[in-house]
Amino acid sequence: MTAPVQVSPQVARARGARQRGSAMADAVLLIIGACFLLPLLWLVFGSLDAAAGHGTRVPQQPVLDNFAAVLTPDLLFRPLWNSVLLSAGTGTVTLAAAVLAAYPLSRYRSRFNSPFMYGVLFGTCLPVTAIMVPVYGLFVQLQLLDSLPATVLFLAATSLPMAIWMTRNFMDAVPLALEEAAWMDGASRMAALRTIVLPLMRPGLGVVFIFVFIQAWGNFFVPFVLLLSEARQPAAVSIFSFFGQHGAVAYGQLAAFSILYSVPVLALYVIVGRGSGAALALSGAVRG
Amino acid sequence: MPATHRARQVARYLPVLPAILLLAVFLAGPVLWAFHASLTNAGLTGRNARNPQWVGLENYQRLLQDPVFPFSVGLTVVFVAGSAILGQNLLGLALAVLMRRARPAVAATVGTAVVAAWVLPEIVAAFAAYAFFSRDGTLNQLLGAMGQPGTDWLYAVPMVALVLANVWRGTAFSMLVYRAALGGVPAELSEAAHMDGAGPWQRLVFITLPVIRGSIATNLMLVTLQTLAVFTLVWVMTAGGPANASTTLPVLAYQEAFRFGDIGYGTAVAVVLLLLGAVFGVAYLRLLREQRP
Repeated sequence: MTAPVQVSPQVARARGARQRGSAMADAVLLIIGACFLLPLLWLVFGSLDAAAGHGTRVPQQPVLDNFAAVLTPDLLFRPLWNSVLLSAGTGTVTLAAAVLAAYPLSRYRSRFNSPFMYGVLFGTCLPVTAIMVPVYGLFVQLQLLDSLPATVLFLAATSLPMAIWMTRNFMDAVPLALEEAAWMDGASRMAALRTIVLPLMRPGLGVVFIFVFIQAWGNFFVPFVLLLSEARQPAAVSIFSFFGQHGAVAYGQLAAFSILYSVPVLALYVIVGRGSGAALALSGAVRG
Repeated sequence: MPATHRARQVARYLPVLPAILLLAVFLAGPVLWAFHASLTNAGLTGRNARNPQWVGLENYQRLLQDPVFPFSVGLTVVFVAGSAILGQNLLGLALAVLMRRARPAVAATVGTAVVAAWVLPEIVAAFAAYAFFSRDGTLNQLLGAMGQPGTDWLYAVPMVALVLANVWRGTAFSMLVYRAALGGVPAELSEAAHMDGAGPWQRLVFITLPVIRGSIATNLMLVTLQTLAVFTLVWVMTAGGPANASTTLPVLAYQEAFRFGDIGYGTAVAVVLLLLGAVFGVAYLRLLREQRP
Protein backbone atom coordinates (compact mmCIF):
# COMPACT_ATOMS: atom_id res chain seq x y z
CA MET A 1 0.00 0.00 0.00
CA THR A 2 1.26 3.42 -0.80
CA ALA A 3 0.93 6.15 1.70
CA PRO A 4 -1.66 8.80 0.78
CA VAL A 5 0.02 11.80 -0.73
CA GLN A 6 0.31 14.52 1.82
CA VAL A 7 -1.49 17.66 0.74
CA SER A 8 -0.59 20.81 2.58
CA PRO A 9 -3.59 22.72 3.92
CA GLN A 10 -2.63 25.69 1.78
CA VAL A 11 -2.77 23.71 -1.45
CA ALA A 12 -6.00 22.01 -0.37
CA ARG A 13 -7.59 25.36 0.29
CA ALA A 14 -6.44 26.64 -3.07
CA ARG A 15 -7.89 23.58 -4.79
CA GLY A 16 -11.20 23.98 -2.98
CA ALA A 17 -11.36 27.60 -4.00
CA ARG A 18 -10.55 26.66 -7.58
CA GLN A 19 -13.34 24.10 -7.69
CA ARG A 20 -15.84 26.58 -6.29
CA GLY A 21 -14.55 29.11 -8.79
CA SER A 22 -14.98 26.60 -11.57
CA ALA A 23 -18.60 25.86 -10.65
CA MET A 24 -19.31 29.60 -10.53
CA ALA A 25 -17.61 30.09 -13.89
CA ASP A 26 -19.66 27.24 -15.38
CA ALA A 27 -22.90 28.75 -14.10
CA VAL A 28 -22.17 32.29 -15.29
CA LEU A 29 -21.00 31.05 -18.68
CA LEU A 30 -24.10 28.92 -19.18
CA ILE A 31 -26.35 31.88 -18.41
CA ILE A 32 -24.49 34.11 -20.89
CA GLY A 33 -24.55 31.32 -23.48
CA ALA A 34 -28.32 30.94 -23.05
CA CYS A 35 -28.75 34.68 -23.62
CA PHE A 36 -26.79 34.38 -26.87
CA LEU A 37 -29.02 31.54 -28.07
CA LEU A 38 -32.31 33.26 -27.20
CA PRO A 39 -32.55 35.44 -30.34
CA LEU A 40 -31.94 32.34 -32.47
CA LEU A 41 -34.89 30.50 -30.91
CA TRP A 42 -37.30 32.52 -33.01
CA LEU A 43 -35.60 31.39 -36.21
CA VAL A 44 -35.89 27.73 -35.31
CA PHE A 45 -39.41 27.79 -33.87
CA GLY A 46 -40.74 30.18 -36.48
CA SER A 47 -39.45 28.10 -39.36
CA LEU A 48 -41.34 25.04 -38.07
CA ASP A 49 -44.54 26.90 -37.23
CA ALA A 50 -47.12 27.20 -39.99
CA ALA A 51 -48.66 30.29 -38.33
CA ALA A 52 -45.56 32.09 -37.06
CA GLY A 53 -45.57 35.76 -36.12
CA HIS A 54 -42.73 37.77 -34.65
CA GLY A 55 -43.45 36.31 -31.27
CA THR A 56 -41.57 33.22 -30.25
CA ARG A 57 -43.57 30.17 -29.37
CA VAL A 58 -43.02 26.48 -29.51
CA PRO A 59 -44.96 25.34 -32.55
CA GLN A 60 -47.98 23.28 -31.52
CA GLN A 61 -47.28 20.94 -34.34
CA PRO A 62 -43.89 21.27 -35.99
CA VAL A 63 -44.34 21.15 -39.75
CA LEU A 64 -42.06 21.69 -42.71
CA ASP A 65 -44.65 23.71 -44.65
CA ASN A 66 -42.55 26.87 -44.51
CA PHE A 67 -39.56 25.11 -45.99
CA ALA A 68 -41.75 23.58 -48.67
CA ALA A 69 -43.20 27.01 -49.48
CA VAL A 70 -39.84 28.67 -50.08
CA LEU A 71 -38.34 25.81 -52.08
CA THR A 72 -39.18 27.42 -55.42
CA PRO A 73 -36.82 28.62 -58.13
CA ASP A 74 -37.87 32.27 -57.79
CA LEU A 75 -37.80 32.46 -54.02
CA LEU A 76 -34.85 30.30 -53.12
CA PHE A 77 -32.82 28.62 -55.85
CA ARG A 78 -32.07 31.58 -58.09
CA PRO A 79 -31.05 33.90 -55.23
CA LEU A 80 -28.92 31.15 -53.70
CA TRP A 81 -27.30 30.46 -57.08
CA ASN A 82 -26.58 34.18 -57.42
CA SER A 83 -25.01 34.08 -53.95
CA VAL A 84 -22.85 31.15 -55.03
CA LEU A 85 -21.72 32.99 -58.19
CA LEU A 86 -21.01 36.16 -56.24
CA SER A 87 -19.14 34.47 -53.39
CA ALA A 88 -17.21 31.92 -55.44
CA GLY A 89 -16.30 34.60 -57.99
CA THR A 90 -15.10 36.93 -55.25
CA GLY A 91 -13.15 34.12 -53.59
CA THR A 92 -11.45 33.12 -56.85
CA VAL A 93 -10.51 36.63 -57.96
CA THR A 94 -9.30 37.54 -54.47
CA LEU A 95 -7.24 34.40 -54.07
CA ALA A 96 -5.61 34.71 -57.50
CA ALA A 97 -4.66 38.35 -56.97
CA ALA A 98 -3.53 37.68 -53.40
CA VAL A 99 -1.28 34.74 -54.31
CA LEU A 100 0.37 36.67 -57.14
CA ALA A 101 0.92 39.70 -54.93
CA ALA A 102 2.11 37.68 -51.96
CA TYR A 103 4.86 35.91 -53.89
CA PRO A 104 7.27 38.81 -54.44
CA LEU A 105 6.35 40.29 -51.07
CA SER A 106 7.29 37.04 -49.38
CA ARG A 107 10.35 36.10 -51.47
CA TYR A 108 12.22 39.31 -52.28
CA ARG A 109 13.66 41.94 -50.00
CA SER A 110 12.86 45.43 -51.15
CA ARG A 111 12.09 48.87 -49.81
CA PHE A 112 8.72 48.44 -51.46
CA ASN A 113 7.55 45.65 -49.14
CA SER A 114 7.08 47.38 -45.84
CA PRO A 115 5.16 50.45 -47.07
CA PHE A 116 3.01 48.24 -49.28
CA MET A 117 2.11 45.90 -46.43
CA TYR A 118 1.30 48.79 -44.13
CA GLY A 119 -0.78 50.36 -46.88
CA VAL A 120 -2.62 47.08 -47.26
CA LEU A 121 -3.18 46.88 -43.54
CA PHE A 122 -4.53 50.41 -43.58
CA GLY A 123 -6.87 49.29 -46.34
CA THR A 124 -8.34 46.67 -44.02
CA CYS A 125 -9.33 49.50 -41.69
CA LEU A 126 -11.45 51.39 -44.24
CA PRO A 127 -15.11 51.32 -43.28
CA VAL A 128 -16.54 49.81 -46.48
CA THR A 129 -20.01 51.11 -45.68
CA ALA A 130 -18.60 54.62 -45.90
CA ILE A 131 -17.54 54.17 -49.51
CA MET A 132 -20.81 52.66 -50.73
CA VAL A 133 -22.25 56.04 -51.72
CA PRO A 134 -19.14 57.01 -53.74
CA VAL A 135 -18.93 53.49 -55.19
CA TYR A 136 -22.50 53.84 -56.39
CA GLY A 137 -21.56 57.13 -58.01
CA LEU A 138 -18.53 55.54 -59.63
CA PHE A 139 -20.57 52.59 -60.92
CA VAL A 140 -23.13 54.96 -62.43
CA GLN A 141 -20.42 56.88 -64.27
CA LEU A 142 -18.71 53.71 -65.51
CA GLN A 143 -22.12 52.17 -66.33
CA LEU A 144 -21.33 49.14 -64.19
CA LEU A 145 -24.50 49.25 -62.11
CA ASP A 146 -26.36 45.94 -61.90
CA SER A 147 -23.38 44.03 -63.27
CA LEU A 148 -22.46 40.85 -61.42
CA PRO A 149 -18.80 40.77 -62.59
CA ALA A 150 -18.27 44.39 -61.53
CA THR A 151 -19.79 43.66 -58.12
CA VAL A 152 -17.48 40.65 -57.82
CA LEU A 153 -14.47 42.84 -58.60
CA PHE A 154 -15.52 45.39 -56.00
CA LEU A 155 -16.07 42.72 -53.34
CA ALA A 156 -12.70 41.22 -54.26
CA ALA A 157 -11.02 44.61 -53.81
CA THR A 158 -12.56 45.03 -50.37
CA SER A 159 -11.41 41.61 -49.18
CA LEU A 160 -8.04 41.77 -50.92
CA PRO A 161 -6.09 43.64 -48.19
CA MET A 162 -6.85 41.00 -45.57
CA ALA A 163 -6.31 38.20 -48.09
CA ILE A 164 -2.87 39.52 -49.11
CA TRP A 165 -1.89 39.83 -45.48
CA MET A 166 -2.94 36.27 -44.68
CA THR A 167 -1.55 34.72 -47.87
CA ARG A 168 1.85 36.31 -47.34
CA ASN A 169 2.01 34.92 -43.82
CA PHE A 170 1.15 31.45 -45.09
CA MET A 171 3.74 31.76 -47.87
CA ASP A 172 6.44 32.89 -45.47
CA ALA A 173 6.00 29.56 -43.72
CA VAL A 174 6.99 27.58 -46.84
CA PRO A 175 10.78 27.05 -46.73
CA LEU A 176 12.75 28.64 -49.56
CA ALA A 177 15.05 25.58 -49.85
CA LEU A 178 12.38 23.51 -51.59
CA GLU A 179 11.94 26.14 -54.26
CA GLU A 180 15.68 26.50 -54.77
CA ALA A 181 15.90 22.80 -55.49
CA ALA A 182 13.30 23.26 -58.23
CA TRP A 183 15.22 26.20 -59.75
CA MET A 184 18.32 24.00 -59.88
CA ASP A 185 16.33 21.63 -62.00
CA GLY A 186 15.56 24.49 -64.33
CA ALA A 187 12.05 25.44 -63.23
CA SER A 188 11.10 29.09 -63.57
CA ARG A 189 9.96 31.07 -60.55
CA MET A 190 6.31 30.95 -61.54
CA ALA A 191 6.54 27.22 -62.27
CA ALA A 192 8.10 26.67 -58.85
CA LEU A 193 5.34 28.72 -57.29
CA ARG A 194 2.72 26.59 -59.00
CA THR A 195 4.25 23.18 -58.48
CA ILE A 196 6.04 23.54 -55.12
CA VAL A 197 4.78 26.46 -53.08
CA LEU A 198 1.04 26.43 -53.76
CA PRO A 199 0.50 22.71 -53.09
CA LEU A 200 2.34 23.10 -49.78
CA MET A 201 0.15 25.98 -48.69
CA ARG A 202 -3.11 24.40 -49.80
CA PRO A 203 -4.65 24.40 -46.30
CA GLY A 204 -3.81 28.08 -45.90
CA LEU A 205 -5.24 28.91 -49.31
CA GLY A 206 -8.38 27.02 -48.33
CA VAL A 207 -8.72 29.16 -45.24
CA VAL A 208 -8.35 32.37 -47.23
CA PHE A 209 -10.84 31.26 -49.88
CA ILE A 210 -13.46 30.12 -47.39
CA PHE A 211 -12.97 33.26 -45.33
CA VAL A 212 -13.56 35.49 -48.35
CA PHE A 213 -16.46 33.29 -49.47
CA ILE A 214 -18.18 33.56 -46.07
CA GLN A 215 -17.77 37.33 -46.06
CA ALA A 216 -19.19 37.72 -49.56
CA TRP A 217 -22.02 35.29 -48.85
CA GLY A 218 -23.13 37.25 -45.80
CA ASN A 219 -22.67 40.70 -47.29
CA PHE A 220 -25.92 42.59 -47.65
CA PHE A 221 -25.05 46.22 -48.20
CA VAL A 222 -22.81 45.87 -51.27
CA PRO A 223 -25.23 43.87 -53.47
CA PHE A 224 -28.13 45.88 -52.04
CA VAL A 225 -26.63 49.05 -53.49
CA LEU A 226 -24.97 47.69 -56.64
CA LEU A 227 -27.34 45.01 -57.96
CA LEU A 228 -30.74 46.32 -58.91
CA SER A 229 -32.59 43.70 -60.91
CA GLU A 230 -34.22 40.87 -59.05
CA ALA A 231 -32.77 38.30 -61.43
CA ARG A 232 -29.24 39.13 -60.27
CA GLN A 233 -29.78 39.67 -56.57
CA PRO A 234 -28.20 37.23 -54.14
CA ALA A 235 -30.12 35.68 -51.24
CA ALA A 236 -29.02 38.39 -48.80
CA VAL A 237 -30.94 41.01 -50.81
CA SER A 238 -33.90 38.91 -51.96
CA ILE A 239 -34.55 37.92 -48.34
CA PHE A 240 -34.82 41.60 -47.51
CA SER A 241 -37.49 42.26 -50.12
CA PHE A 242 -39.28 39.25 -48.70
CA PHE A 243 -39.31 41.13 -45.43
CA GLY A 244 -40.13 44.63 -46.51
CA GLN A 245 -41.98 44.90 -49.75
CA HIS A 246 -44.55 42.17 -50.03
CA GLY A 247 -46.89 43.73 -47.51
CA ALA A 248 -47.83 41.20 -44.86
CA VAL A 249 -44.71 39.37 -43.88
CA ALA A 250 -44.75 35.60 -43.92
CA TYR A 251 -42.63 35.21 -40.83
CA GLY A 252 -42.49 31.44 -40.94
CA GLN A 253 -41.19 31.48 -44.49
CA LEU A 254 -38.74 34.25 -43.66
CA ALA A 255 -37.34 32.12 -40.83
CA ALA A 256 -37.16 29.02 -43.04
CA PHE A 257 -35.41 30.96 -45.79
CA SER A 258 -32.97 32.45 -43.26
CA ILE A 259 -32.01 29.00 -42.05
CA LEU A 260 -31.54 27.57 -45.54
CA TYR A 261 -29.44 30.60 -46.44
CA SER A 262 -27.30 30.38 -43.28
CA VAL A 263 -26.55 26.65 -43.34
CA PRO A 264 -23.81 26.78 -46.01
CA VAL A 265 -21.72 29.36 -44.13
CA LEU A 266 -22.22 27.63 -40.80
CA ALA A 267 -20.97 24.42 -42.41
CA LEU A 268 -17.98 26.18 -43.97
CA TYR A 269 -17.12 27.80 -40.66
CA VAL A 270 -17.16 24.43 -38.93
CA ILE A 271 -14.83 23.02 -41.60
CA VAL A 272 -12.31 25.85 -41.23
CA GLY A 273 -12.79 26.28 -37.51
CA ARG A 274 -11.70 22.69 -36.89
CA GLY A 275 -8.21 23.30 -38.18
CA SER A 276 -7.54 26.95 -37.79
CA GLY A 277 -10.10 28.76 -35.71
CA ALA A 278 -7.54 31.27 -34.55
CA ALA A 279 -6.51 32.19 -38.07
CA LEU A 280 -10.12 32.79 -39.02
CA ALA A 281 -10.72 34.75 -35.86
CA LEU A 282 -7.86 37.12 -36.43
CA SER A 283 -8.50 37.44 -40.11
CA GLY A 284 -12.09 38.36 -39.41
CA ALA A 285 -10.43 41.46 -38.05
CA VAL A 286 -12.30 44.08 -39.99
CA ARG A 287 -15.55 43.16 -41.60
CA GLY A 288 -17.07 46.36 -42.85
CA MET B 1 24.66 47.58 -64.23
CA PRO B 2 22.10 49.48 -62.17
CA ALA B 3 19.64 49.90 -65.05
CA THR B 4 19.19 46.18 -65.65
CA HIS B 5 19.16 45.63 -61.92
CA ARG B 6 16.26 48.02 -61.59
CA ALA B 7 14.51 46.45 -64.57
CA ARG B 8 14.82 43.06 -62.95
CA GLN B 9 13.56 44.44 -59.69
CA VAL B 10 10.49 45.86 -61.45
CA ALA B 11 9.90 42.63 -63.36
CA ARG B 12 9.99 40.67 -60.13
CA TYR B 13 7.21 42.79 -58.73
CA LEU B 14 4.97 42.52 -61.81
CA PRO B 15 2.73 39.89 -60.15
CA VAL B 16 1.64 42.52 -57.61
CA LEU B 17 0.07 44.49 -60.46
CA PRO B 18 -3.40 42.86 -60.57
CA ALA B 19 -3.82 43.44 -56.83
CA ILE B 20 -2.69 47.05 -57.16
CA LEU B 21 -5.07 47.64 -60.07
CA LEU B 22 -8.03 46.18 -58.17
CA LEU B 23 -7.23 48.22 -55.07
CA ALA B 24 -6.65 51.39 -57.08
CA VAL B 25 -9.85 51.19 -59.13
CA PHE B 26 -12.26 49.86 -56.53
CA LEU B 27 -10.91 51.15 -53.20
CA ALA B 28 -8.67 54.15 -53.74
CA GLY B 29 -10.83 55.31 -56.66
CA PRO B 30 -14.08 55.61 -54.69
CA VAL B 31 -12.27 57.26 -51.78
CA LEU B 32 -10.80 59.95 -54.04
CA TRP B 33 -14.09 60.27 -55.91
CA ALA B 34 -15.80 60.76 -52.53
CA PHE B 35 -13.63 63.76 -51.71
CA HIS B 36 -14.41 65.22 -55.11
CA ALA B 37 -18.15 64.47 -55.11
CA SER B 38 -18.62 65.92 -51.65
CA LEU B 39 -17.64 69.28 -53.15
CA THR B 40 -20.37 69.11 -55.80
CA ASN B 41 -24.16 69.04 -55.85
CA ALA B 42 -24.26 65.62 -57.53
CA GLY B 43 -27.76 64.14 -57.44
CA LEU B 44 -29.22 60.69 -57.82
CA THR B 45 -31.53 61.68 -60.66
CA GLY B 46 -32.30 64.69 -62.80
CA ARG B 47 -30.06 67.50 -63.98
CA ASN B 48 -27.63 67.27 -61.07
CA ALA B 49 -27.01 63.61 -61.81
CA ARG B 50 -25.93 64.25 -65.39
CA ASN B 51 -24.11 67.46 -64.79
CA PRO B 52 -23.04 68.08 -61.21
CA GLN B 53 -21.91 71.60 -60.34
CA TRP B 54 -18.91 72.46 -58.20
CA VAL B 55 -20.20 73.95 -54.95
CA GLY B 56 -17.03 74.12 -52.88
CA LEU B 57 -17.48 73.52 -49.19
CA GLU B 58 -21.24 74.11 -49.27
CA ASN B 59 -22.10 70.52 -48.32
CA TYR B 60 -19.84 70.71 -45.29
CA GLN B 61 -21.35 74.04 -44.25
CA ARG B 62 -24.78 72.44 -44.52
CA LEU B 63 -23.54 69.55 -42.37
CA LEU B 64 -22.57 71.94 -39.61
CA GLN B 65 -25.92 73.74 -39.76
CA ASP B 66 -28.03 70.62 -40.12
CA PRO B 67 -29.29 69.66 -36.65
CA VAL B 68 -29.46 66.01 -37.68
CA PHE B 69 -25.70 65.75 -38.27
CA PRO B 70 -24.33 66.49 -34.77
CA PHE B 71 -27.14 64.35 -33.38
CA SER B 72 -26.10 61.53 -35.69
CA VAL B 73 -22.45 61.90 -34.63
CA GLY B 74 -23.61 61.64 -31.02
CA LEU B 75 -25.63 58.50 -31.77
CA THR B 76 -22.63 56.96 -33.51
CA VAL B 77 -20.44 57.71 -30.48
CA VAL B 78 -23.06 56.16 -28.18
CA PHE B 79 -23.31 53.13 -30.46
CA VAL B 80 -19.54 52.61 -30.67
CA ALA B 81 -18.84 53.33 -27.00
CA GLY B 82 -21.79 51.32 -25.72
CA SER B 83 -21.69 48.28 -27.96
CA ALA B 84 -18.01 48.00 -28.92
CA ILE B 85 -15.76 49.61 -26.31
CA LEU B 86 -17.86 48.67 -23.29
CA GLY B 87 -20.14 45.86 -24.42
CA GLN B 88 -18.20 43.62 -26.78
CA ASN B 89 -14.83 44.36 -25.29
CA LEU B 90 -15.69 43.79 -21.62
CA LEU B 91 -18.06 40.90 -22.25
CA GLY B 92 -15.51 39.27 -24.55
CA LEU B 93 -12.81 39.63 -21.90
CA ALA B 94 -15.12 38.29 -19.18
CA LEU B 95 -16.06 35.30 -21.34
CA ALA B 96 -12.42 34.52 -22.12
CA VAL B 97 -11.41 34.74 -18.44
CA LEU B 98 -14.35 32.59 -17.31
CA MET B 99 -13.66 30.02 -20.01
CA ARG B 100 -10.20 29.36 -18.57
CA ARG B 101 -11.72 28.54 -15.19
CA ALA B 102 -14.77 26.63 -16.42
CA ARG B 103 -14.90 23.00 -17.47
CA PRO B 104 -13.71 22.57 -21.07
CA ALA B 105 -17.04 21.12 -22.24
CA VAL B 106 -18.95 24.13 -20.87
CA ALA B 107 -16.44 26.55 -22.36
CA ALA B 108 -16.69 24.90 -25.78
CA THR B 109 -20.50 24.86 -25.77
CA VAL B 110 -20.86 28.47 -24.72
CA GLY B 111 -18.13 29.46 -27.17
CA THR B 112 -20.15 27.91 -29.99
CA ALA B 113 -23.29 29.79 -28.96
CA VAL B 114 -21.41 33.11 -28.92
CA VAL B 115 -19.68 32.44 -32.23
CA ALA B 116 -22.96 31.36 -33.89
CA ALA B 117 -24.35 34.89 -33.61
CA TRP B 118 -21.19 36.19 -35.26
CA VAL B 119 -20.96 33.73 -38.14
CA LEU B 120 -24.56 34.10 -39.30
CA PRO B 121 -25.05 36.24 -42.39
CA GLU B 122 -25.59 39.80 -41.21
CA ILE B 123 -29.09 40.07 -42.62
CA VAL B 124 -30.21 36.93 -40.77
CA ALA B 125 -28.66 38.15 -37.52
CA ALA B 126 -30.46 41.46 -38.02
CA PHE B 127 -33.82 39.73 -38.56
CA ALA B 128 -33.31 37.59 -35.47
CA ALA B 129 -32.46 40.68 -33.42
CA TYR B 130 -35.49 42.50 -34.85
CA ALA B 131 -37.81 39.65 -33.91
CA PHE B 132 -36.22 39.45 -30.46
CA PHE B 133 -36.84 43.12 -29.63
CA SER B 134 -40.13 43.62 -31.46
CA ARG B 135 -43.31 44.45 -29.53
CA ASP B 136 -44.53 40.88 -29.16
CA GLY B 137 -41.04 39.41 -29.52
CA THR B 138 -39.07 37.03 -27.35
CA LEU B 139 -37.75 39.64 -24.92
CA ASN B 140 -41.19 40.98 -24.04
CA GLN B 141 -42.55 37.46 -23.78
CA LEU B 142 -39.83 36.61 -21.27
CA LEU B 143 -40.43 39.80 -19.31
CA GLY B 144 -44.15 39.06 -19.34
CA ALA B 145 -43.54 35.57 -18.02
CA MET B 146 -41.62 37.12 -15.14
CA GLY B 147 -44.45 39.55 -14.48
CA GLN B 148 -42.55 42.57 -15.79
CA PRO B 149 -44.15 45.05 -18.15
CA GLY B 150 -42.50 45.02 -21.55
CA THR B 151 -42.01 48.00 -23.80
CA ASP B 152 -41.81 48.54 -27.51
CA TRP B 153 -38.01 48.50 -27.52
CA LEU B 154 -37.47 49.50 -31.14
CA TYR B 155 -39.66 52.61 -30.76
CA ALA B 156 -39.22 53.59 -27.13
CA VAL B 157 -35.47 53.01 -26.76
CA PRO B 158 -34.06 52.15 -30.21
CA MET B 159 -30.45 52.84 -29.27
CA VAL B 160 -30.62 50.50 -26.28
CA ALA B 161 -31.97 47.74 -28.52
CA LEU B 162 -29.29 48.42 -31.17
CA VAL B 163 -26.45 48.46 -28.64
CA LEU B 164 -27.61 45.16 -27.12
CA ALA B 165 -28.11 43.63 -30.56
CA ASN B 166 -24.62 44.62 -31.65
CA VAL B 167 -23.11 43.24 -28.44
CA TRP B 168 -24.88 39.98 -29.21
CA ARG B 169 -23.69 40.02 -32.79
CA GLY B 170 -20.08 41.03 -32.30
CA THR B 171 -18.81 39.83 -28.92
CA ALA B 172 -17.42 36.62 -30.44
CA PHE B 173 -14.59 38.56 -32.06
CA SER B 174 -13.33 40.06 -28.78
CA MET B 175 -13.80 36.71 -27.08
CA LEU B 176 -11.61 34.96 -29.65
CA VAL B 177 -8.94 37.66 -29.47
CA TYR B 178 -8.81 37.47 -25.68
CA ARG B 179 -8.85 33.68 -25.60
CA ALA B 180 -5.78 33.70 -27.83
CA ALA B 181 -4.15 36.43 -25.72
CA LEU B 182 -4.81 34.72 -22.39
CA GLY B 183 -3.42 31.49 -23.82
CA GLY B 184 -0.12 33.33 -24.27
CA VAL B 185 0.20 34.52 -20.67
CA PRO B 186 2.89 32.42 -18.95
CA ALA B 187 1.29 30.28 -16.24
CA GLU B 188 4.28 30.78 -13.90
CA LEU B 189 3.50 34.49 -13.57
CA SER B 190 0.03 33.87 -12.30
CA GLU B 191 1.12 30.97 -10.09
CA ALA B 192 3.88 33.01 -8.52
CA ALA B 193 1.39 35.74 -7.67
CA HIS B 194 -0.96 33.08 -6.30
CA MET B 195 1.78 31.81 -3.99
CA ASP B 196 2.31 35.34 -2.77
CA GLY B 197 -1.32 35.40 -1.76
CA ALA B 198 -2.87 37.42 -4.59
CA GLY B 199 -6.59 36.74 -5.08
CA PRO B 200 -8.16 36.11 -8.48
CA TRP B 201 -9.12 39.75 -9.02
CA GLN B 202 -5.70 41.00 -8.03
CA ARG B 203 -4.06 38.51 -10.39
CA LEU B 204 -6.33 39.60 -13.22
CA VAL B 205 -5.78 43.33 -12.68
CA PHE B 206 -2.08 43.37 -11.78
CA ILE B 207 -0.69 40.40 -13.72
CA THR B 208 -2.89 39.29 -16.61
CA LEU B 209 -4.24 42.59 -17.94
CA PRO B 210 -0.83 44.32 -18.06
CA VAL B 211 0.65 41.33 -19.92
CA ILE B 212 -2.07 41.37 -22.59
CA ARG B 213 -2.35 45.15 -22.90
CA GLY B 214 -1.17 44.97 -26.50
CA SER B 215 -4.08 42.70 -27.40
CA ILE B 216 -6.48 44.94 -25.51
CA ALA B 217 -5.39 47.99 -27.48
CA THR B 218 -5.55 46.13 -30.79
CA ASN B 219 -8.96 44.73 -29.99
CA LEU B 220 -10.31 48.14 -29.00
CA MET B 221 -9.17 49.62 -32.32
CA LEU B 222 -10.61 46.79 -34.39
CA VAL B 223 -14.00 46.61 -32.71
CA THR B 224 -14.28 50.39 -32.95
CA LEU B 225 -13.60 50.27 -36.69
CA GLN B 226 -16.03 47.40 -37.21
CA THR B 227 -18.78 49.10 -35.24
CA LEU B 228 -18.31 52.45 -37.00
CA ALA B 229 -19.19 50.64 -40.22
CA VAL B 230 -22.29 48.78 -39.01
CA PHE B 231 -25.16 49.45 -41.40
CA THR B 232 -27.31 46.36 -41.93
CA LEU B 233 -28.18 45.79 -38.28
CA VAL B 234 -29.46 49.35 -37.88
CA TRP B 235 -31.15 49.40 -41.27
CA VAL B 236 -33.16 46.24 -40.64
CA MET B 237 -34.00 46.88 -36.99
CA THR B 238 -35.01 50.55 -37.04
CA ALA B 239 -34.02 52.01 -40.44
CA GLY B 240 -32.69 54.96 -38.43
CA GLY B 241 -36.07 55.70 -36.88
CA PRO B 242 -38.30 56.58 -35.25
CA ALA B 243 -37.74 60.13 -36.49
CA ASN B 244 -33.92 59.90 -36.73
CA ALA B 245 -33.65 58.58 -33.18
CA SER B 246 -31.19 55.92 -34.30
CA THR B 247 -29.63 57.41 -37.44
CA THR B 248 -25.95 56.55 -37.08
CA LEU B 249 -23.53 58.03 -39.63
CA PRO B 250 -23.60 55.14 -42.16
CA VAL B 251 -27.41 55.24 -42.17
CA LEU B 252 -27.42 59.02 -42.51
CA ALA B 253 -25.06 58.86 -45.49
CA TYR B 254 -27.27 56.22 -47.14
CA GLN B 255 -30.49 58.14 -46.51
CA GLU B 256 -29.21 61.46 -47.78
CA ALA B 257 -27.79 59.86 -50.92
CA PHE B 258 -30.47 57.34 -51.83
CA ARG B 259 -33.67 58.35 -50.11
CA PHE B 260 -33.32 62.09 -50.64
CA GLY B 261 -31.27 61.71 -53.81
CA ASP B 262 -28.53 64.10 -52.70
CA ILE B 263 -25.35 62.22 -53.59
CA GLY B 264 -23.12 65.23 -52.90
CA TYR B 265 -24.43 65.72 -49.38
CA GLY B 266 -24.50 62.00 -48.62
CA THR B 267 -20.92 61.74 -49.80
CA ALA B 268 -19.90 64.54 -47.46
CA VAL B 269 -21.26 62.45 -44.57
CA ALA B 270 -19.36 59.46 -45.94
CA VAL B 271 -16.15 61.50 -46.04
CA VAL B 272 -16.53 62.33 -42.35
CA LEU B 273 -16.93 58.61 -41.68
CA LEU B 274 -13.87 57.83 -43.81
CA LEU B 275 -11.78 60.38 -41.93
CA LEU B 276 -12.90 58.90 -38.61
CA GLY B 277 -11.92 55.46 -39.89
CA ALA B 278 -8.57 56.80 -41.11
CA VAL B 279 -7.79 58.27 -37.68
CA PHE B 280 -8.43 54.94 -35.98
CA GLY B 281 -6.62 53.10 -38.77
CA VAL B 282 -3.46 55.19 -38.34
CA ALA B 283 -3.62 54.71 -34.57
CA TYR B 284 -3.94 50.97 -35.15
CA LEU B 285 -0.87 50.86 -37.42
CA ARG B 286 1.20 52.77 -34.88
CA LEU B 287 0.16 50.30 -32.20
CA LEU B 288 1.19 47.35 -34.35
CA ARG B 289 4.53 48.97 -35.13
CA GLU B 290 5.24 49.44 -31.45
CA GLN B 291 4.35 45.83 -30.75
CA ARG B 292 6.68 44.34 -33.32
CA PRO B 293 9.56 46.71 -33.89
